[in-house]
Amino acid sequence: MPDLGISVLFKGQNMMRLLGGLWVALRISLISVAISIPLGILLGTLMTWKNPVIKVFARIYLEIVRIMPQMVLLFLVFFGTTRMFGWNLPAESASILVFSFWGTAEMGDLVRGALISIPKHQYESGEALGMTKPQVYFYIIIPQTLRRLIPLSINLVTRMIKTTSLVMMIGVVEVLKVAQQIIEANRMTAPNAAFGLYATVFVLYFLACWPISMLAGHLEKKWS
Amino acid sequence: MNWEVMAEYLPLYQEAMVLTLRIGWLGIILAIALGLACAMVTHHRIPVLRQLAKAYIELFRNTPLLVQLFFIYFGLPKIGISMEAETCGVIGLALLGGSYMAETFRSGLEAIESIQMESALSLGMTKTQAMWHVVLPQAVSISVPAFVANVIFLLKETSVFSAISLMDLMFTAKDLIGLYYKTAESLFLLVIFYLIILLPVSVLGSLVERRLRYAGFGD
Repeated sequence: MPDLGISVLFKGQNMMRLLGGLWVALRISLISVAISIPLGILLGTLMTWKNPVIKVFARIYLEIVRIMPQMVLLFLVFFGTTRMFGWNLPAESASILVFSFWGTAEMGDLVRGALISIPKHQYESGEALGMTKPQVYFYIIIPQTLRRLIPLSINLVTRMIKTTSLVMMIGVVEVLKVAQQIIEANRMTAPNAAFGLYATVFVLYFLACWPISMLAGHLEKKWS
Repeated sequence: MNWEVMAEYLPLYQEAMVLTLRIGWLGIILAIALGLACAMVTHHRIPVLRQLAKAYIELFRNTPLLVQLFFIYFGLPKIGISMEAETCGVIGLALLGGSYMAETFRSGLEAIESIQMESALSLGMTKTQAMWHVVLPQAVSISVPAFVANVIFLLKETSVFSAISLMDLMFTAKDLIGLYYKTAESLFLLVIFYLIILLPVSVLGSLVERRLRYAGFGD
């Protein structure tokens, strides 16, 4: 039985380095989510207004994000801005910029969907009971919107984590790149390490995303 | 922007687009087949197969395509399973897509209340007739928006194929930037070609969605 990378995995600091790489990916996605959620809520609320100018801009923005692969956006920001404006963005900032741009659109769409799914009679009944506008929002609309929104935004977090694997392509040293480096470094002693290491990265991503997906599914079932 | 340079690059991008489309469509068709099979297995609660399908769906829905491709292309040859890059791309896309499609089809089938099946049976239809004429048409029209979103998602995901050295649009753009430093032109063409691939799918998708919305019942 040839060595498939188990020994390499536990040699020296290798496992810690892999986990460190995973943390880089997770950090980028968490920062992007933290930026996307407030901006997305703002965008989603704006989209429910009847203003035609806002509608057209939001529509174009959403359509760009819907159609362009995140990888193309990464390339545009990372290579394009350097060339056109002379910015020298570090790869990590470029990734955060792109993923926030993408996440804001996704979150905005979710917020809009949740807001328009509240029937009009909920507002009217609240007012008929003598509540003021802020009271209607605070006690009736926002709690219902959140119940629909929270599972969906948790799902957005897992999608964000999965998408951050792309940052390797613009040179961020994250978990996949670390695995590659470890494989290269041990090419002579363990030529088959690629199997074990990429399998480990696969499992690490699964362990990062699966509990979050389960939580989202559980909340969705509980609150629907 | 230098238009002459772009005209020179055009054939390269066309070739790359053909590759992206070939892998994309093949992968998506396989993904639909795989997704249907998994949805059927879970819907009819077939033992063992159902658990397997569930494990597969969870595993591939919660990992990025890039990591899956690295495992298939660089990892599997070490235990004696080696395939060409293009085959790996198709398999990776089919496996990822299959797990998403399965969820879409399953939730479509689940959304049809059992009263529909029961009414059809009480009208004297056979089980196959009821499935074919009553349940499936409704399930399909409910699944369409998510299905279209999946197709667009999978076509977008093809952009990671450059990582396993397939000469797709991303690879071509990166290569040209590295070779000639014509960044603006290369990136411009990259965007244009992805628009050519994805805009028709997006527009067609919304048309179909609008057409099928009439098929909804009770709302």
